[in-house]
Formats: sequence, C-alpha cells, structure tokens
Amino acid sequence: MSHGIVWKYGDNVNTDVIFPGRYTYQIMTPGEMAKHALEDLDPGFAPKVKPGDIIVAGKNFGSGSSREQAAACLKAAGVQAVVAKSFARIYFRNAINIGLPVLQSEEAADRLEAGDHVDIELAQGEIRTAKGTFRFKPLPASVLGIIAAGGLIEYTKSKLVEGQIEEEQE
Amino acid sequence: MGRTLTEKVLGRKAGKDVQAGEVVTVSPDYVLSHDNSAAIIQEFRKLGVKKVKAPGKIVIVLDHIVPAADEKYAQNHKTIREFVAEQAIPNFFDINTGICHQVLPEQGFALPGLVIVGSDSHTPSYGALGAFATGIGRTETACTWATDEIWLRVPETMRIDLSGRMSPGVFAKDLSLKLIGDHGAEMANYKAVEFDGPAARDFSVGARLTLANMSAEMGAKNGYFAPDDKALKWLEGRARGPFTAVSSDPDASYESVLAYDLDALEPQVACPHSVDNVKPVAAVAGNPVNQVLIGTCTNGRLEDLEAAAAIFKGRKVHPSVRVLVLPASWAVYREALKSGALAVLVDAGCVILNSGCGPCLGAHEGLMAAGEVCLSTSNRNFRGRMGHRDSEIYLASPATAAATAVTGKITDPREFT
Ligand code: SF4
Repeated sequence: MSHGIVWKYGDNVNTDVIFPGRYTYQIMTPGEMAKHALEDLDPGFAPKVKPGDIIVAGKNFGSGSSREQAAACLKAAGVQAVVAKSFARIYFRNAINIGLPVLQSEEAADRLEAGDHVDIELAQGEIRTAKGTFRFKPLPASVLGIIAAGGLIEYTKSKLVEGQIEEEQE
Repeated sequence: MGRTLTEKVLGRKAGKDVQAGEVVTVSPDYVLSHDNSAAIIQEFRKLGVKKVKAPGKIVIVLDHIVPAADEKYAQNHKTIREFVAEQAIPNFFDINTGICHQVLPEQGFALPGLVIVGSDSHTPSYGALGAFATGIGRTETACTWATDEIWLRVPETMRIDLSGRMSPGVFAKDLSLKLIGDHGAEMANYKAVEFDGPAARDFSVGARLTLANMSAEMGAKNGYFAPDDKALKWLEGRARGPFTAVSSDPDASYESVLAYDLDALEPQVACPHSVDNVKPVAAVAGNPVNQVLIGTCTNGRLEDLEAAAAIFKGRKVHPSVRVLVLPASWAVYREALKSGALAVLVDAGCVILNSGCGPCLGAHEGLMAAGEVCLSTSNRNFRGRMGHRDSEIYLASPATAAATAVTGKITDPREFT
C-alpha cells in the first residue's frame, strides 16, 4: 500500500496534453519525460508531484494518439495510479504494459478532490480515504504481475526464465 | 443475467464466467501481423527466447507494400521470410495473396467464437463472422509470440439496432460513415459494437466485413455480427478448424443502444481530414477530384468491384481523373476476372494494381501531390495519409467512387441507377 495526494482533472484528458507531440520523437530518459508530464494541461504538476500521488480524472482519459510516453511520463513522475471514469482503449493497454496502474471507478472519480489523501491497495481493489473506501474490480494477478515487474517486456522475460527453469526440472 | 457475445467468447477462453470490465488472460486462436512483422521480430529477439511458442497460431500476410517498393521494404520482406522459415510458421502468405483482413476470412481463419489478435488496427474486421478480434501493439505481439498469452479487458457493448432497407445506390459504407458522422470518431471507444436487428441480418458477409472494419474508426475494441446461417454458409468449405458459434443472450447487458432505420439513408462522404467529418454526398457534389481509389480492406471485395463496374459499364473514366483499383485479394481478383467486372473496369480506363494496401497508407503506388484530391473507398482520411500533407482525401462507397470517376467531380451514385 502506498500513500499520496490527489491531482484532479476533467474529461477527455488527451495524450497531447499529457505528453506533448513536440517531444514524441525525441529519445528521453524517464527523468526528462517526467519533467514534461501534463505540461500543456497543468504546468504546476511536474514540479510539485510527489512519488505516490494519484491522478483522478473523468471520462476517456488518454484519448488521442497511441504514444506510449503519455503513460510512461506519469510513471516516471512517480504517479502511483490513475483513477478515471473511463480510459481510452490504447492508453489503457499502454499504461498496463509499461507498469502504470489504471483504475476505473465512477464513484471515486466523482468524489475525490484535489489534495485529498489516499491509500491504494491494488491487490484488494481499494482506495482508502477520509471520505471512505472506494472499491474497484481488482486487477487480476497477471496484470498486477505486469505492473509489479515494471512492464510487459520485463514481465514476459521473467516469465520465460521461470518457464525454462521448470522445463529443466521436468 | 445474460452475456454478450464478447463476454461469452472471452469467458470460454478464460475458463470462467466473465463480464464487462474484467481483465482476462487468454491464449488467442490466431495472432496476425503483416509487413510490420519485421519490427515485431526485432522486439521478439529482445526477449531472449529462441522459439515462438505456438507457430501454428501465427499468421503473417505480406500486404502493405507488395511488391516491395524499395530496398528497405525488400529487406523487411526478406527478414520476415527468413524468420518464417527459421520458426517453421505454416501460415505465411506472400505478396501474391491479398490484404490480411480479406485473407483471414477468405482462408477460414476468421471463425465464430475465436479470439484473434492482430498488430493492425483493422483487425476487428473478423467480427463480421462472429469472432472476437482486436488490434494490439507491436511489443505485445512479440510477447504473445513468445508466451501464447495476452491480457484483455472485457469491453462493454454498444448495440446498434438496424431496421429498414437501404435504397439502390446506398451501401454498408454509407451506414458506417453516417454512424461515425452522427456520433463522432470516439463513439465506441473501448467498447464492443454489436450490429443487430433485421437489417443487420440482411447484410451480405462482405457488407458485414465493411461495417466491422469501420468499427475501428468508431474507436471500438471489436465490432461484430452474431454468426447466423448466412455467415455459416459462407464459411462452408473455408473453415480451417472446428468452432462454436455463440451469440449474445436476449437479456445481455448493453451499455447503450442506438437505433437506425436504413430507409432514409443517403450516400455519405467523409470529408478531409477526419473520418467523422461526414456529409451527405449531395452536400459536396460537384467538388473536383484528381484520383479515385477503389479497394482496401474496407471496400475491395467482389461486390464492391461489381458495384463500381455497374456504373462504369459503357462509360469512361473522366480524362481529368486517375482511377486505381486494388482487388482486396487474389481470390477476389480471380472472381472479378471471371465475373467480367475487371474487364469493365479496364475498358473504362481504370488502372488495376496488385492486391494489397497500395496507396491506402501512403507508402507507394499512386501518392498525391500538394493540392490534389482523392476520393477513396478506404477507412482513413487523415491529413497526409496518401501523400503530400496538403492533399485531401474523401471517403465513400465504391458506387460513389465510380460515379465520381466518371464525372470527374464528387457525384451521387443514384444519378446512375
Ligand atoms: S488496406 Fe489500408 S486500412 Fe486496410 S490494412 Fe491496408 S493499410 Fe490498413
């Protein structure tokens, strides 16, 4: 479980405002990407966000292009999860595949406000706050595994290594 | 509570009862890739495994730039052919086969109840036959080759109830454009789209493929028709293996339902530069065009070529227009030779190109110069997709395309019926 505060935004936060198109073809380190996170939506975000903070937003978070950096820059900035009413399809996949938890909860998205303190228990599917506990469908073990490994490539690699060990034992 | 087709198909694969919103890990029935297999191979090599896990599930169709337009593409094709041999991948289709989204249904890979993932955004096409089919990324495709597994979120479903009957000169493409124009290019973001109602059952398999294909332009994860007798009959002699047809339960839960009556539908056109900038053809009739493209995974099937031929018969392509025709597959090519449709197109002055994507993605064969305008039967009209960024693309049905080719300006095909 980890603790953080809420950054709140509205509907249709698109990939251009999360990670501007002008940077997409530059190769950046995660630290550099983090500096541009949400640059065109909230310039105050990147300098102030703390590891463990969460983003709460409305409908269709991450709409627009398929750029993977729009998920990676938030993870690099220390965001522990994005809670939204809904996610754009490709963003949802990209986020999980780079290891950023994306949680869908209408109720939490409506009731949580900027500055609220939250604790997130991913495995149990809970967001605990002073306003009460919000529940979301817990992500299944395989997806939690991808997030814990830090992304799909690392996850797949580690699974393949385990598989090879099993084969050798048989 | 009942289940939707998508919930049933994914649930059976996952070995449990699932509903929208859950995430499942499944072993897909087929994993499609095309010329982008070269890039996927590069990712695959990073995983440090020697062998793909299930070679028989991998389907690779060379279709995007066929034959290779330059050395770089030639090298990609070579890399892919070598990988196919090294990994003993049985389902490989070289440059004389057709566009993947036509080849998979035609060759009996796309079957009711199957789970098919593909590293191409128009993979949802196979829902026309009742499969669950969706597009995935290149990294994911490489990982799926290695593990034979993929995670999928079970989507909520939007049902589109279709009633009435389309008038002559109006086609499934017009309906898809009308839907996207009315509700926007994100109308079905992350959702499954179920095409249902009496008019859906009237649609030919070809028309269903057009609509399922265009569901990608609605933002959908998958789009489908319940597999009915018409679909099963079409699959006779094609299906590569056993399958179980499933449909949504009558009490399945839908996130939303839209009702459309086709009686009043008119020919539609998507104007530059977005698929949801849709108007009735009548609103832009008279706009001159330089090029017309008839083909692609959206509208390159026999019935599309025949709809065009019906208009071209006894007429000529307007001297100010180039018409490019790409049958969606070699099977379609041969059928159109037999039916006489190709002869009509050639006599009218159309240029017949190899089956494949051709200029649809802006890689080769008929790109446009600044200021030029193309009317295409494809599915995307983003700025610069078919050449110079100051060229323009209109999207329409093959009949509208043929009528436009004959007059040199955007024309309602009903003038020729
Ligand atoms: S025809 Fe066009 S849309 Fe279809 S697969 Fe080829 S490039 Fe993509």
